[in-house]
Amino acid sequence: MIFENHNPLEGKVFQILDKTGKVVNEKYYKDIDKDMLLKMYRCMVLSRIQDEWALKFQRQGRMLTFAPTLGQEGLQVASMAACREDDWLVPAFRSNAAWLYKGLPMKNIFLYWCGNEMGSKIPDHINMLPIVVPIGTQFNHATGVGMSFRYTKEDKVVVTYIGDGGTSEGEFYEGINFAGVMNAPVIFIIQNNQFAISTSVKSQTKAKTLAQKGIAAGIPSIKVDGNDIFAMYFATKEAVENARSGNGPSLIEAVTYRQGPHTTADDPTIYRSEEEHLEGMSKDPIIRTKNFLIEKGILTEKDEEKIREECKKTVFEEFEKADQENITPLEDIFKYTYKEMTENLKEQYEEAKKLEGGKN
Amino acid sequence: MGALNNIEALNQALDQMMEKDEKIVIYGEDAGFEGGVFRATKGLQAKYGKDRCFDSPLTEAAIIGTGIGMAINGMKPVLEIQFQGFLFPGLNQLLVHGARFRNRSRGRFTVPMVVRMPYGGGIRALEHHSESIEAILAHTPGLKVVIPSNPYDTKGLMISAIKDPDPVVFLEPKRIYRAFKQEVPEELYEVPIGKARILKEGNDITVVGWGAMIPEIQSAVKDLEEEGISVELIDLRTISPIDKEAIENSVKKTGRFLVVHEAVKSFGVGAELISIVNEKAFLHLECPPTRLTGYDITIPLAKGEGYFMINPEKIKSKVKELINY
Repeated sequence: MIFENHNPLEGKVFQILDKTGKVVNEKYYKDIDKDMLLKMYRCMVLSRIQDEWALKFQRQGRMLTFAPTLGQEGLQVASMAACREDDWLVPAFRSNAAWLYKGLPMKNIFLYWCGNEMGSKIPDHINMLPIVVPIGTQFNHATGVGMSFRYTKEDKVVVTYIGDGGTSEGEFYEGINFAGVMNAPVIFIIQNNQFAISTSVKSQTKAKTLAQKGIAAGIPSIKVDGNDIFAMYFATKEAVENARSGNGPSLIEAVTYRQGPHTTADDPTIYRSEEEHLEGMSKDPIIRTKNFLIEKGILTEKDEEKIREECKKTVFEEFEKADQENITPLEDIFKYTYKEMTENLKEQYEEAKKLEGGKN
Repeated sequence: MGALNNIEALNQALDQMMEKDEKIVIYGEDAGFEGGVFRATKGLQAKYGKDRCFDSPLTEAAIIGTGIGMAINGMKPVLEIQFQGFLFPGLNQLLVHGARFRNRSRGRFTVPMVVRMPYGGGIRALEHHSESIEAILAHTPGLKVVIPSNPYDTKGLMISAIKDPDPVVFLEPKRIYRAFKQEVPEELYEVPIGKARILKEGNDITVVGWGAMIPEIQSAVKDLEEEGISVELIDLRTISPIDKEAIENSVKKTGRFLVVHEAVKSFGVGAELISIVNEKAFLHLECPPTRLTGYDITIPLAKGEGYFMINPEKIKSKVKELINY
């Protein structure tokens, strides 16, 4: 009913908590399990602290260019929380909080952004594809994974993300259209963080909402306050239940704000006004959730401090592990090109070994 | 055994493999109900149902992109791109994702799919229906590129392609889809990927080709033999990985090398083969290893196509030039 009652063509935005953390939509408000709320909150804080420190590590030259998720944690943890553990995540490259919620070791994330593909080796028990950098192509991978369930008889769903800029790519349309035709159980989530590097969403499209792009594909589509974990949780949950019961894909535009740069190679002060930035920051999903949790007595300031300390400790430990494991053996750059190395590759590997002084 | 043409052999391979392996799913534009514009998948939807063989929306990127997603979760998609000239919107998915997921994920996710498409000229087609882009594809690590030239190989290579654990691009020389018939065993058999075949042994010169060039070369060779020139003819069959050993051994015997391809000349597979000959058999050479190819131009439409295509006369004249070098 949430999708039905929030037609994006009528300019409706689904919200439960306002930016101060007050419940503004009693109709859809239900109690979520306290443990899950705390799990979501802790994961948001963990991702935030990881990003803050990663920016420092990067400035110290200990990490390469990376894309922080700062500000977008809410929509990510809420959409993951609305799924089952064995559902699939096909992420965009800015999905740190979702990766963490899905259980990806933080060490992997650090390894990836340090330039080591071992970070992309997703542990076997996690149904998640690795980070890919091309924009929008993941929508078709998600649709394909979703299509496969028809044959494997799995009752799983797929959640996939894209940015606002990505909705201008051809594969955005191709993916949602194909999923619609195939009735694939996929939840397409647009993280509308207002900017594609420096290009504002206003320069990206003449469409009033990004959600309405889903209407052309004939799939239920909704615009949600993405920094409101309650709205995001319930909207995703409805989409997931719909998909799992055989009714096909849905599309969610989650309105959020990218608090940091596009990547560490970018300087957003060039293209963002101070006013715009303050406005964006005022909608922070973590502050909003914290206010709610404290008001309801689920969290105290003291608990909060403890969570922050624990998260910081985790970040340092995981970065340390990544630092120690950040070794690429020579063989690794050859051996994953095909299942078996071709004769040509064996020859080149032997050549490379000689050049590296016999190292493997 | 039965005498089949290339398209019938292909259809039989797909049919028999679908029967054997329930994970095989076939789709593409018009590939379902109609059986593809060349009828390669004819009858498969009727036999295996709309879940196993279906018409996809008109979208090459999504055909290949969803195929990747399917393959990642254990399915075996055999995808049809209607014409090779339509591949370009799907090339991003094929090169950037299909070829890379194994490496990207350090072996956790693999993409064992097959992408089939007709390629090549000589059928008086529209713009973008006549190119031969095997070099573009073979230049990409992670892909395998196969081109059969006869019904026996078509069936055997398709079976190998389906069984292959990596993404295979299966290029079909559409000019010879129905050009001739050959006895093809009824049972399943494999023609190994990565192995060339010596079609005819000879001593004076090695000529290498693939796909629709093979009948042209065979016709030239017949005349040349009558003139007393002994040609060793090799059908490369797999563009990537290339069978270097077959090339090396042959050139060491004949001392002369000609590669014939209908793709444009520069930066192509011909240059690659000549480089292999230079590296492996330089001291055995009696003359410079040479390529006979299309020109570096946009493939002309039907009226000008004759100038572009390789024919037996061009091959004979080039072989004689090398013999008399």
